[in-house]
Amino acid sequence: MNIPYTVEERPDTGLANGKLGIWLFLASEVMLFGALFSTYIILRVGAAEWPHGELNVWLGMANTFILIGSSVTMVMAWASLKLNKWGAHRGYLIATFLLAGIFLVNKYFEYADHFRRGEGPWHSTFLAIYFTLTGLHGIHIIGGMIVMAYFIGPGAKLWKKNPEQFANRIEYTGLYWHFVDLVWIFLFPVLYLL
Amino acid sequence: MHSEVDHVKKSIRTYMMIGAALFVFTAITVAVNQVHLAVPMAITVALIIAGMKGSMVASVFMHLSHEKKWVYGALLLTVAGFIILLFLPLVTVLDGIGTSSEPARAAAEHAAPGGH
Repeated sequence: MNIPYTVEERPDTGLANGKLGIWLFLASEVMLFGALFSTYIILRVGAAEWPHGELNVWLGMANTFILIGSSVTMVMAWASLKLNKWGAHRGYLIATFLLAGIFLVNKYFEYADHFRRGEGPWHSTFLAIYFTLTGLHGIHIIGGMIVMAYFIGPGAKLWKKNPEQFANRIEYTGLYWHFVDLVWIFLFPVLYLL
Repeated sequence: MHSEVDHVKKSIRTYMMIGAALFVFTAITVAVNQVHLAVPMAITVALIIAGMKGSMVASVFMHLSHEKKWVYGALLLTVAGFIILLFLPLVTVLDGIGTSSEPARAAAEHAAPGGH
């Protein structure tokens, strides 16, 4: 049995099912991160004092550049498929995967430095919300990497069978990835600079 | 089909420009932070820049500038839900509703001098 509307648009929504599905998923993600951002605001407003300069701004900035770069390579991976350039698509998708890996390595060094100094989430309210927000974001990076690894590896076979469906899947992966980038765009100033 | 290819070709230039703009705005955010503005001003500037960057990612990379109404509808509901959630914690500071503060204060004053 074929799943309907994987490529063509449903007449009632005007969207392929996958696209509506990923947007509904992203809507739930907005609520998840939104709730945590609200928590941050409440904690910060209620705190007698809030630490400044606890985090390495330059490492945070480097990670922001890395994620923005990965968003560009991700959208280019999708655009390359639309232009029927398979080789370019592979290159861009692998680059996105590698940039995500570099982001996590940087995050590992940041976390390791905190734990070496005995500054875990239990140390202060700031570090508790910092580890919660960045940890959840890191899990999303890992989730994105698993999906990308699938499309670099076994999932790539679909391109030969149904190129349009494959391009749609890359587009949905991209939407998720840009959302992960978007969350970091707000996390960086909120945690590292303010 | 040809029009879609042409559209994607044109979009690539936009993607690159937006990517470059995001790099520049990130650098500006950090540069402003080095100036050590007053906290309210620093928060305002940083969040305005982050908002601009976020809207660029959403509208161009996520193609929200030309999406179908169902996507906008889902996001509108999300924003409404988010705003409700944002203000929901206010209930915790309004838990005195329905109770009069006068008897409580009188009882506290009565108890305070002798302690009994």
